[in-house]
Amino acid sequence: MSVARAHEGALGHGPRGAKVRGTLFYILLLVSVSVGFILLFTLVIDVVQKGVGYLDPIFFTEPTSTDPDKAGAGPAIRGTIYLMVLLLVMAVPIGVGTALYLEEYANRGRWYNRLLEVNIQNLAAVPSIVYGILGLAFLVRGIGLGRVLLAGALILTLLVLPTVIVASREAIRAVPDSIRQGAYALGATQWQVVRRQVLPAAIPGIATGSILALARAIGETAPLLLVGALTYVAVNPTLLGSFTALPVQIYQWIARPQDEFRLLAAAGIIVLLAILLTMNAFAIWLRNRYQRRW
Amino acid sequence: MATQDISVGAQPEPIRLRAEGRRWSEAVVKTVLALCALVSVATTVGIILALVEPSIEFFQEVSIVDFFSGDRWAPLFEPASFGVQPLLVGTLVVTFWACLVALPLGLCVAIYLSEYARPRVRRILKPALEVLAGIPTVVFGFFALTFFTPLLQDIGVDVGTFNVLSAGLVMGVMLIPTVASISEDAMSAVPQELRDGAYGLGASRLQVSTRIVVPAAVSGIIASYVLAFSRAVGETMIVLIACAGIAQITLDPRDSVQTMTVFIGATGLGDVPTGSIEYKTIFAVGLTLFVITFAMNMVSIRLVRKFREIYE
Repeated sequence: MSVARAHEGALGHGPRGAKVRGTLFYILLLVSVSVGFILLFTLVIDVVQKGVGYLDPIFFTEPTSTDPDKAGAGPAIRGTIYLMVLLLVMAVPIGVGTALYLEEYANRGRWYNRLLEVNIQNLAAVPSIVYGILGLAFLVRGIGLGRVLLAGALILTLLVLPTVIVASREAIRAVPDSIRQGAYALGATQWQVVRRQVLPAAIPGIATGSILALARAIGETAPLLLVGALTYVAVNPTLLGSFTALPVQIYQWIARPQDEFRLLAAAGIIVLLAILLTMNAFAIWLRNRYQRRW
Repeated sequence: MATQDISVGAQPEPIRLRAEGRRWSEAVVKTVLALCALVSVATTVGIILALVEPSIEFFQEVSIVDFFSGDRWAPLFEPASFGVQPLLVGTLVVTFWACLVALPLGLCVAIYLSEYARPRVRRILKPALEVLAGIPTVVFGFFALTFFTPLLQDIGVDVGTFNVLSAGLVMGVMLIPTVASISEDAMSAVPQELRDGAYGLGASRLQVSTRIVVPAAVSGIIASYVLAFSRAVGETMIVLIACAGIAQITLDPRDSVQTMTVFIGATGLGDVPTGSIEYKTIFAVGLTLFVITFAMNMVSIRLVRKFREIYE
């Protein structure tokens, strides 16, 4: 009797109410989970309905124009592809290098290495527009680079670096120590261990994480607005020439009051989402195909 | 060399395990990798320098008291007025609506993933949530402006074309994965024995979730909340597209507002002359934004470290 009462006291209520509450709570959880997906689903349907009519060859080749029927996103799509390549070349090596330093070389006991880790965690959460300010102050105005493709690529590199580092560290950490010990026992130096054993084993994880990070960066708009991607560009972008990118072009169209440009923006979004989805799918395929469980 | 000494036995020296010659290439590699790591330090230093220097110049022209206590923001008008309060209130109002959606729903998603979902469901749901988190913010802004706001108007909410409600709610859904993934990490770190103990006493799954797991994971949950708040404060594109208007102090979610990020974005994309007061204003507002988000990120990082220390 007293045990039963203590049990009720501790846990609140009797079995009948409990069952109803349990079911209601479960329904609440399911509703919460579905909210995000309902929005995602509605968003995709809405964008496709609005934009699919503008997806013609003109859209992929021509520059934007004041006439929505002649406007395209050619330079913007090429700009985004160029940015992607530049990011791959700049962000991935620096990110992997940092991850290798932190995981394989750094002494955790040292204060500067701990500071480095906190610094990277913080950078990951700095608002992207602050990176834009950095670009505006140092690259565009400071060293007088101007509003060029390289400035945009450099800023996006700094922006994705923390994400690439975190993903690479996880992949490197997943390589079991026994492999390192084995290589050392055979007389390998530290760099030989890292280069011949750790890196090859970690590459699938690093590649997956890096592709996902690049996909995030490709969709970034705010920092590019500040380093000046919002210009009319009709020619192929060059490293030190003015440029535009797909998300910026989309914003530019949204900002116009005419409905036709909103539809063009929707078409741009379809292309952007298609690029991102392809990158995501490729990353997942890579993970499933090559990742080893130790 | 060392072995010879020992075999002679005159002076037994400890065997040296270090390589005889220093391998310079090893040192070079370590230096190069450390330089890579320095890039992120340089980024932080660069951000602080970029923000502080023009801000100091700004505060020489505008008193810091006027900046924080003024309630009129009109830097581009004559006479100019630099009271930042409308921007702060605007930012907080949008953030409030975003958090109203993201915090409870994110927690529920985390509880579902950690306590209810079967492994197979979890394996599908988690990457799917990542997809939601990977949608560019400019796309969410488009959705808020061209779909959600008209939807609100259709169901009888009297909102303007640019309004806080639509931007805030859509941003809230965008932030669900942020809250869910960090909270779920914390809940997964709660030892199974705590759950088993409660089930042994006859607790239901609801009771285990809400009275055992959530309290035990509370530092991680708060960390996710703080991070989501910080993200909402720093979010630019959704606000710029769906609720940017004149800077005004209003709590009415049907109005448009200006946030710190909107001001920076809208001013920075024009060709503001370097060294002008408008140009410096970007940095003063940017510094305010950076200090707020930096403080919150630090709190969040601390809290995450706390739950890691307790359970891992």
